[in-house]
Amino acid sequence: MENNLVLRVVGKLLIPFILLFAVYVQFHGDFGPGGGFQAGVIFAAGIVFYAIIFGLDQARRIVPDRLVETMLALGVLIYAGVGVAGLFLGGNFLDYFVLDRNPVHGQHRGIFWVEVGVAITVCGVMLKIFYMFASRGQREEDA
Amino acid sequence: MAITAVVLTLRRNLFAVVVLSGLYSFLMATVLVALDAVDVAMTEAAVGAGISTVLLLGALHLCKSEESRSTRSPWLPLALASSVGVLLIYGALGLPDFADPNAPIHQHVVPRYLQNEVDVPNVVTAVLASFRGYDTLGETTVVFTAGAGIIALLRRRKSSTEKNRDGK
Repeated sequence: MENNLVLRVVGKLLIPFILLFAVYVQFHGDFGPGGGFQAGVIFAAGIVFYAIIFGLDQARRIVPDRLVETMLALGVLIYAGVGVAGLFLGGNFLDYFVLDRNPVHGQHRGIFWVEVGVAITVCGVMLKIFYMFASRGQREEDA
Repeated sequence: MAITAVVLTLRRNLFAVVVLSGLYSFLMATVLVALDAVDVAMTEAAVGAGISTVLLLGALHLCKSEESRSTRSPWLPLALASSVGVLLIYGALGLPDFADPNAPIHQHVVPRYLQNEVDVPNVVTAVLASFRGYDTLGETTVVFTAGAGIIALLRRRKSSTEKNRDGK
């Protein structure tokens, strides 16, 4: 599909907005529908779209495998790290009230970082699965 | 939606099946919007219709695109499925009405959730990330495990094919 002009132009136009929408869903999750899981999937979908139009190798150059694998673990670590941070500040595991002097702000901060963790892991896993499947097909074509 | 489901089971061409299941997911997402579950609808549209369609197409790329005919008779599974369906419908008749404020589910912990001591306007986010933080941590770990499993499975396959090539 790399030579299809319409797809290339429309893709180039749309992908920034898909990624922006993912970020919006992420940070607006407190107020409207959305949250880490949806944001992660939409972000991954944007990159998958890019990979389909411009080829897997091009996408891998932008979002390399190492980064994706790091994201996989980093998200869970951030999530658990928020819990441990609560422990250090004198609360229970995953207790957000102690994260700030104002307990309500502490909740906001806790939810924010937790959602970031979820988004990073989900995005990483989706991309990794896609890369794995797509690259297997490629290798068999080469053979 | 029912038509999509019936056609889905009758089709033998897997490409059509994948496209139809994406269509089914989008219809499901509209149903969820109608039920005021916007968060779930968003997830359904993004995961069910988006990512999983792409992944299924990717898998389809690796295998044959025609479903082979089953050798067993379909009557026993059909009878089982329809009797379970009848049981579920019978059970659903006993549920309280949709959006009934006196339903048990709205009497238990929901009033506390809705008082919203965490002061986040979207209750779904508050419940998922704060009240049930452990739950969501578990879910994230499950997603992580799925990713790690995929890496473990497909990586090994790659190194073994490389070994085979070296052997040749």
